[in-house]
Order: sequence, then C-alpha cells, then structure tokens
Amino acid sequence: MEDTLIIRGIEFKSRLWVGTGKYKDFEETAKAIEASGADVVTVAVRRVNIIDRKSENLLDYIDPKKYKILPNTAGCYTVEDALRYSRLAREAGVSDMIKLEVIGDEKTLFPDTIGLLKATEILAEEGFIVFPYTNDDPIMAKRLEDAGAAAVMPLGAPIGSGLGIRNPYNIKIILEQAKVPILVDAGVGTASDATIAMELGCDAVLINTAIAGAKDPIVMAEAMKHAVIAGRLAYLAGRIQKKLYASASSPIEGML
Amino acid sequence: MKFKVNGEDYRTERKTIAGLLEELNIIPERVAVEVNLKVMKRADFKDYRLNEGDSVEIVYFVGGGQY
Repeated sequence: MEDTLIIRGIEFKSRLWVGTGKYKDFEETAKAIEASGADVVTVAVRRVNIIDRKSENLLDYIDPKKYKILPNTAGCYTVEDALRYSRLAREAGVSDMIKLEVIGDEKTLFPDTIGLLKATEILAEEGFIVFPYTNDDPIMAKRLEDAGAAAVMPLGAPIGSGLGIRNPYNIKIILEQAKVPILVDAGVGTASDATIAMELGCDAVLINTAIAGAKDPIVMAEAMKHAVIAGRLAYLAGRIQKKLYASASSPIEGML
Repeated sequence: MKFKVNGEDYRTERKTIAGLLEELNIIPERVAVEVNLKVMKRADFKDYRLNEGDSVEIVYFVGGGQY
C-alpha cells in the first residue's frame, strides 16, 4: 500500500520519529535508531565544550545522509531564545526543519503556547519548516497552522511522563480540523500508546524517553516500529463500530 | 587578542572564525557560530575578522528529543 508521509515536499519513509537523548552512549543511540526504522532523528543544539574537547560527535554515529536531522529548541523558555537556537540550528545543519519548543514551566514542561505561536509566525516567515510542540488544544493547533506551521505536534502527555495519550478526544478534534499533518510528540510510554496515537489518525509519532529509558532500548525501538505500523494500518483499514452486544462471526446456518 | 568563546575568556593569535575553529580542532561543517549574537554563515568563516572583546558562541548537535 502506498502510504508515504509528505510534509512540504519532503518524503518521510517512517511514521516513527525518534529522539537521541537519554541513551547510555552513542553506540546504543545508533543501534536503537536503526532498530526503530525511523528516518527522522531529533537533536538538541548545545555549546561545544572548548576546554574538554571530546573527539566523538553524535553525527559520527547518526549519518546525516541516512537520516533527516531535526534540531529542536529544547530548553528554551523565551521566544528570543527559541529564535536564536533555531537560527543556529539551521546554520549547523542541512535543512530548514526545526522542532520548535518554547517551554512554559520547569515542572510540567508544558509549552508556553503564546510564545510558541509568536515564534512559529516569525520562523515560518523566515522560511523555516516549523514543527511546533504544543498542548493537546484544538484551538491552539489551528492557530499554529494558521501561523505557518508545517505540521503541528501536540503532546499526548507531559514530556518523559510515559502516561500515554491522555486526551484522545482532543487529539481526534485536532485531527478533524487540521489541514497540516499532526504528530504526537511526548507522552508515549509503551508500544500500545504509539498504536493508539496512530489509530486515531495521527500522521506520525515522535518518541524518545519511552525507547531510551526502556530496560532494553533496542528491543523497545523495534516494538515501537511495529506499533506505529500496526496503528497506521488499523487506521487506514477502518475499525469496526463498538457495540454493546455480541455479534456472532460464525454462521448459524448448518448447525446441528 | 582576547575575547569570549562559549562564555570563557580566550586568547589567540588567530584572526578569523576559520582560524579559531582550526585552533580548537573543530570541523566547521559540524558547528554553527554566533558572533555578538549574530549567526554567521559558514561561507564567511574564512573571511570574518574577529575583534578584541567579541563574544563568540560555537554550538553543535547533541543527543536530545523533547526538552
């Protein structure tokens, strides 16, 4: 079945996008990403340590020719910082894609959606392909789309919480209204959560902690790969209606 | 010449961004450089002259997902 995710003319081979944080080392990161089948990997932008120069670099393990590198503005609490990191990321990288985060609160890591909207507008104007990380709020999703977001990334639950899709009904409404792709970003804890997101009709899922923090990240990466494929296929296939009573699936005719 | 690199005092005889990166053993293709809050184009690394008291930031990609 031909079912390719295309955003702004860019073809994505997998509907599972993965982060590169929280792994034991670069080798484990590379193996998990390989097992996940993802072709988008998110990275953060940080200062090079000029005093203690490590010879190894993340990009020695994750080949930018093989994977699409999606820089994020993780850790940014203001519009100014998010813009600064985005512009640096564009210069350091190879594309205009940016996973935009403007964080509003340290404890919940919920987005500051007012700042997010402002930053989305400015970056879209500057030609960035903006993927804003937002709340599961249908109104804000629409506003971000109108502001020029290439896709919108509502959270399923707080970052790293593993609580799954806490408000599938909101995600459903976001999906019904959206003209741009919708990707669940954050909250997935295990394979079934990823499947639920995809069954709802999300275009892709971004997962980091659920894979990197699993006892065996490489096996979990593979589980997520199958979970996303299963959820997507189930969505395309169209599930049966839920009913209160039974409905036999074997014929009555021919019974003894 | 003295200026700041990633928040640290730094002394060098190098005069360009390209020279500074070479001295620091940094591959230019892997980083982005900001001078006094202005993001520099990689094509300008060779020609851009650094000045006494500049504030230089050199960033690269590290592992990260959300936040």
